[in-house]
Amino acid sequence: MKRPIRVVVAKAGLDGHDRGAKVVARALRDAGMEVIYTGVHQTPEQVVETALQEDADAIGLSLLSGAHNYIFPRVSELMKEKGLDDVLLFGGGIIPEADWPALSKVGVERVFPPGASLEEITTYVREAVPRKRGAAA
Amino acid sequence: MTIEKTKTGKQRWLDEMYGPAVKKHPERKNRFSTLSDELIEPLYTADDLEGFDTDRDLGFPGEFPYTRGVQPSMYRGRLWTMRQFAGFGSAEDTNERFRYLLKHGVDGLSVAFDMPTLMGRDSDDPLSRGEVGREGVAVDTLHDMEILFDRIPLDRVTTSMTINGPASIVWAMYLAAAEKRGIPLDRLGGTIQNDALKEYIAQREWIVPVKPAMGLVVDTFRYGSREVPRWNTISISGYHIREAGATALQELAFTLIDGLEYVKWGVAAGLDVNDFVPHLSFFFDVHNDFFEEIAKFRAARRIWAREIERRYHPRNERALLMRTHAQTAGVSLTAQQPYNNVVRVTLQALAAVLGGTQSLHTNSLDETYALPTEEAVTLALRTQQVIAHESGVADTIDPLAGSYYVESLTQRMERGFERYLGEIEKMGGMVEAVERGYPQREITEASFHFQQQVDEGEKIVVGINKYATSEEAPIPTLAIDPQVEQKQITRLAETRKTRDRGRWNESIDALRNAAKRGDELMPRFVECARANASVGEQVLVLKEVFGEYHDPGYF
Repeated sequence: MKRPIRVVVAKAGLDGHDRGAKVVARALRDAGMEVIYTGVHQTPEQVVETALQEDADAIGLSLLSGAHNYIFPRVSELMKEKGLDDVLLFGGGIIPEADWPALSKVGVERVFPPGASLEEITTYVREAVPRKRGAAA
Repeated sequence: MTIEKTKTGKQRWLDEMYGPAVKKHPERKNRFSTLSDELIEPLYTADDLEGFDTDRDLGFPGEFPYTRGVQPSMYRGRLWTMRQFAGFGSAEDTNERFRYLLKHGVDGLSVAFDMPTLMGRDSDDPLSRGEVGREGVAVDTLHDMEILFDRIPLDRVTTSMTINGPASIVWAMYLAAAEKRGIPLDRLGGTIQNDALKEYIAQREWIVPVKPAMGLVVDTFRYGSREVPRWNTISISGYHIREAGATALQELAFTLIDGLEYVKWGVAAGLDVNDFVPHLSFFFDVHNDFFEEIAKFRAARRIWAREIERRYHPRNERALLMRTHAQTAGVSLTAQQPYNNVVRVTLQALAAVLGGTQSLHTNSLDETYALPTEEAVTLALRTQQVIAHESGVADTIDPLAGSYYVESLTQRMERGFERYLGEIEKMGGMVEAVERGYPQREITEASFHFQQQVDEGEKIVVGINKYATSEEAPIPTLAIDPQVEQKQITRLAETRKTRDRGRWNESIDALRNAAKRGDELMPRFVECARANASVGEQVLVLKEVFGEYHDPGYF
């Protein structure tokens, strides 16, 4: 039997804005996925370790602190080190569009800006996870 | 007209007029509710105010129960304080912004610290990477504090500092900076946010577990009423609770119950209600639902006065006054069609003024992208000035009193508060409720419910789920100098190298010993500030003595 998609919803750095992350976590769970929410103030190392331990298919990282240009590349780098090549990395929060191309280059597959709907996010994860697995295989 | 007659009359109108009218042209919605999802009737009349007693429930401005305002003359005497929250980059950058704001007519300063400072970490801490000076200004030591307030008359402006976990430490730096400039402490006015409870409930900038954090707060109450009498030692904040997704009622209830908890702890520590309670101030969010927000402010004043009177019968009447700051709702701003935000902010600011706030911050249109540009901040300030000087709403006191709808919402808030108070008192108070995650879960539920309503189009956000456009011209945004982090780390290293090692050692040891013994800590923090100890160094001592707190991660 196919197991449900497993997603780690993470807050990294000192950023405490967790409203969006929790709403998204809840929506993904209601959409039938298994969700592990890390809580706030995780280091990039802790986020990737959680994904590894939980055998996650995706990491959704929420950042509203302006530290995205440091934290996303760091998480992506650690994912490569740990061999998580088939794990989807996406994000959301206050991330200016001007920064998206650079984030995409380091492996952030999608950034959801404020105003994105829950439907949009759950549909994306449901479609992108198998695509990512297929690409990595 | 008696209530009975109004009731019969309203029923007749509903049957004969309203019913047929909506049968012909159906109502716009299946269900009308406030932003917080409280049902709204088509019409409010006297019978919606059953039991309402003008003398008992409204009174007069400056008199119990303060529903109509805390001052007798309200804005006819003095307008509210226009206080714009600011801080970014280095202390030099923010000092420049402060002086710009003072030149353009703000009356009070309000410091936004960066995330590392808020979390009690130094700029060179590994967890601070990428965050130094990003969301606010970086302050590591007294040296930064002195630069931040350079050429600003600390005895004439009032300064509000949004800092919580390490509030005592940062406040002590401000006091030490004033002391170095020869300004006596009793001339200093301002506010530290210092609201530990809402950190666990909503904002998540904690450093130690809940109970020792409460002890630190009570310590500032004691020191403040003795040494810095013009200072508000806490700003009990609903703002962050609301921004985290709470309803208006939850914001009101949790904030006031937090307030009652602080008073309880102060009294238990032997402080006199008449001395410290007048120094407690409040801070509310002001969101989109115009009348609901106005009702929230009016109800909050009435509830606070009644609860404090009922519990403590203070002889100092100032202990009954719920004085509040307000800020427009950051969470209501949209990245899409950002100029719409100016309109939202205007309506919210108007609600805060009609609600009788003592000071106000208006958000800038560009804040879903970044910290605001100078132009955006100026427009936000001008919004308040137009309301103050052109709209006429500040020329009479509490103009909406007696409105059937507003009074009915105000009453409904009060009843809702009583239900939450009952729940939380059953748990033993707010500290216990927070330890159990009760308010945290209530807020998470409410925020999810609201997001579902938006997704289903039941709640409309202009430019998001209605009237959306695809192509939009970008707006200018503020960029933070990427060099700030490195410069700040270098400055901190320099301070560490040049400070008097002996004095530093002594001050840190004295702090540790006082914390272990449960002695008063504020004088120790002031000495640490003088000795150029950093925020992070002092927080480490507190964590060593009191332990740490980790997010239980409710969702």
